[in-house]
Amino acid sequence: MASVLIDSIQKNYGVTSVLRGVSLSIADGEFLTLLGPSGCGKSTLLRILAGLEVQDAGSVTIGERVVDGLRPKRRDVAMVFQSYALYPHMTVASNIALPLRMRKLSAVRRLPLLGRLLPGTTQVAGEIDEEVTRTAKSLGIGHLLVRKPGQLSGGQRQRVAVGRAMVRNPAIFLMDEPLSNLDAKLRVQMRAEIKELHQGLGVTFVYVTHDQAEAMTLSDRVAVMIDGELLQVAPPQDIYADPDDRRVAEFIGSPKINMLDGVVRERGLIDVAGATLTIETDARPGAALTLGIRPEAFHLADHGGQGSLTGSVRMIEHMGSDLFVHLDLAGIDHPLIVRLLAERAPYITPGQTLHVGVRPDRVLLFARDGRRLRRDAESDWTSVTPFREVAR
Amino acid sequence: MSDTMSTKRLSSLAAILRHAVLLLTGALILLPFVWMISLSIKPPGEIFRASFSFWPSQFYGVENYTKALTEAPLPRYMINGLIVCSLILVLQILVCAPCAYALAKLRFPGRDLLFVMVLVGLLLPHQVLALPLFVFGYQLGILNTYTALIFPYVVSPFGIFLFRQFFKTIHDDVVHAARLDGLSELAIVWRILVPMALPAVIAFSIFSVVGHWNDLFWPLIAVRDQSLMPPPLGIMVFKNEEAGNDFGPLMAASTLIVLPLVIAFLTAQKWFVEGMTGGAVKQ
Ligand SMILES: Nc1ncnc2c1ncn2[C@@H]1O[C@H](COP(=O)(O)OP(=O)(O)OP(=O)(O)O)[C@@H](O)[C@H]1O
Ligand SMILES: [Mg+2]
Repeated sequence: MASVLIDSIQKNYGVTSVLRGVSLSIADGEFLTLLGPSGCGKSTLLRILAGLEVQDAGSVTIGERVVDGLRPKRRDVAMVFQSYALYPHMTVASNIALPLRMRKLSAVRRLPLLGRLLPGTTQVAGEIDEEVTRTAKSLGIGHLLVRKPGQLSGGQRQRVAVGRAMVRNPAIFLMDEPLSNLDAKLRVQMRAEIKELHQGLGVTFVYVTHDQAEAMTLSDRVAVMIDGELLQVAPPQDIYADPDDRRVAEFIGSPKINMLDGVVRERGLIDVAGATLTIETDARPGAALTLGIRPEAFHLADHGGQGSLTGSVRMIEHMGSDLFVHLDLAGIDHPLIVRLLAERAPYITPGQTLHVGVRPDRVLLFARDGRRLRRDAESDWTSVTPFREVAR
Repeated sequence: MSDTMSTKRLSSLAAILRHAVLLLTGALILLPFVWMISLSIKPPGEIFRASFSFWPSQFYGVENYTKALTEAPLPRYMINGLIVCSLILVLQILVCAPCAYALAKLRFPGRDLLFVMVLVGLLLPHQVLALPLFVFGYQLGILNTYTALIFPYVVSPFGIFLFRQFFKTIHDDVVHAARLDGLSELAIVWRILVPMALPAVIAFSIFSVVGHWNDLFWPLIAVRDQSLMPPPLGIMVFKNEEAGNDFGPLMAASTLIVLPLVIAFLTAQKWFVEGMTGGAVKQ
């Protein structure tokens, strides 16, 4: 078990800079998820943690040890790869046993025939076999030990990959999108199993995904990474409800958060899309800002006027319990998406004019450069969050 | 309805045409071999007869094959061929696999330049290098030994190229996983990549063995001692010195020399085809 400290890691491939000063501290036993769009550098950061890639600047500390320059096998980390990376020519048992054989048996003892003759080899080999069988059983793949990876289903391969990582008792578990090759149903099931695995082992997990649902359900904290920068590190609910940056707000949540440009009329009033909303802000009158409003922050209003937005219904999406209504607002090119309870459906038709109100405390304000604008009392608090400092 | 009928007829016509062409080329390639076997079982009188027949009127196979096996030291030649070919193959794989691994999976300055040099090596015909190699061998004092027959082939640009292409198709994650599991770089080559590239290794082995078993040019330059000669050179010497125009035993000897290759190819055929096309379609 160990904590991880990542300090201003930079990585460039040629002229493209993939990681731009990433800093992050992960507590012992924490489940931290790196969440970000494809190509933002998540796998690169994970490979640097594992020692498979060398950073251009910055340092990594695992436990008490600075591990820069230490070879992967000396770092006490195990990794589950997106492609599973099983050895196709070896049986499941040999796949899982290999890391143990490499650690517990000397080079001479690993020789095919000669090794067996040395005293003690058989005993260690027996221990390894036992360990492998136990691990495989705990993952429900005990009956597959003699098969080759090519004869397994996706979910079974995934378990073998986890088994190979687990069997070594690593201090840190790194997982690079381990579920992305599975179908939706299996993904939900494996998600639960990974959660259990983390609770059972109690070791530190660093989990990479671009799937919000995975990040939200599994993590103690989520680190949102976009374009090689960590924009926010916070518990899942805060990432959703209290984003630090416009890009985080836009990346998290489906359907996407509505972004509306507005201008402060006077203290407490903001002009937006032809209406005026009552929202407390410290911004000066005349200041231009952007309002982020999640689809579920709206409610139907009986009539237009101050505090509500008016538009015509362009499209209605039925999602079972919910209803997504696309509203065209005057002077705004993309539709506003409003989430309503499905029981409203019979009363809404395309082309109809609809008034929606919004709870002021659910409106997120962003400066035009993307920075979150908080009220004074809060902004003090924000400035002491270390990760914001780093992301800037 | 009639549309599908006509396409069907058309495609079966095309199939017939395709097979006819393939059969014809196949026959053209096979013909010399069949002719060789036919000659090897004919008595001297029938070989130069004007009329054509594949099967001899008088079966003379036993005499020809006995003569081939006894008059020339054919077993000696074959053992020489076996020693030389297997040593070449083992050394080639020992050298090529790590080189190919470095070119495919490691990042270091000058890698691309080195790969270009491999490609250049691939383009050079071996004959071009014969003279420098001969001088080199002379200066090392290894001419007229097994070493002389082996050393020019130890580094095979073709092998490096083929293995590199195959290793490239193996996901980097596999190499990364092996490093995390504690394997050294050489262990990664021998315990992970080479077994995964087995079809390529087998295809390369066949190319290498066939090429060097049949090689005449370099052995002609490198050795003079009959006891060191590989089969083709031995046969040539045998023809000049003893057989004269006695083609029956000569063809019998040739048949015996080709036989191991044919058997080896037929047993490894499945691997061979997979190795040649595998790298092209994966990923
Ligand atoms: N070996 C490399 N050489 C050059 N560029 C690379 C290399 N490896 C990664 N990159 C680039 O670095 C960026 C980040 O890659 P990385 O694999 O870390 O993304 P990711 O966040 O894991 O994406 P995904 O979710 O698709 O796996 C990408 O733009 C990629 O093209
Ligand atoms: Mg990735």
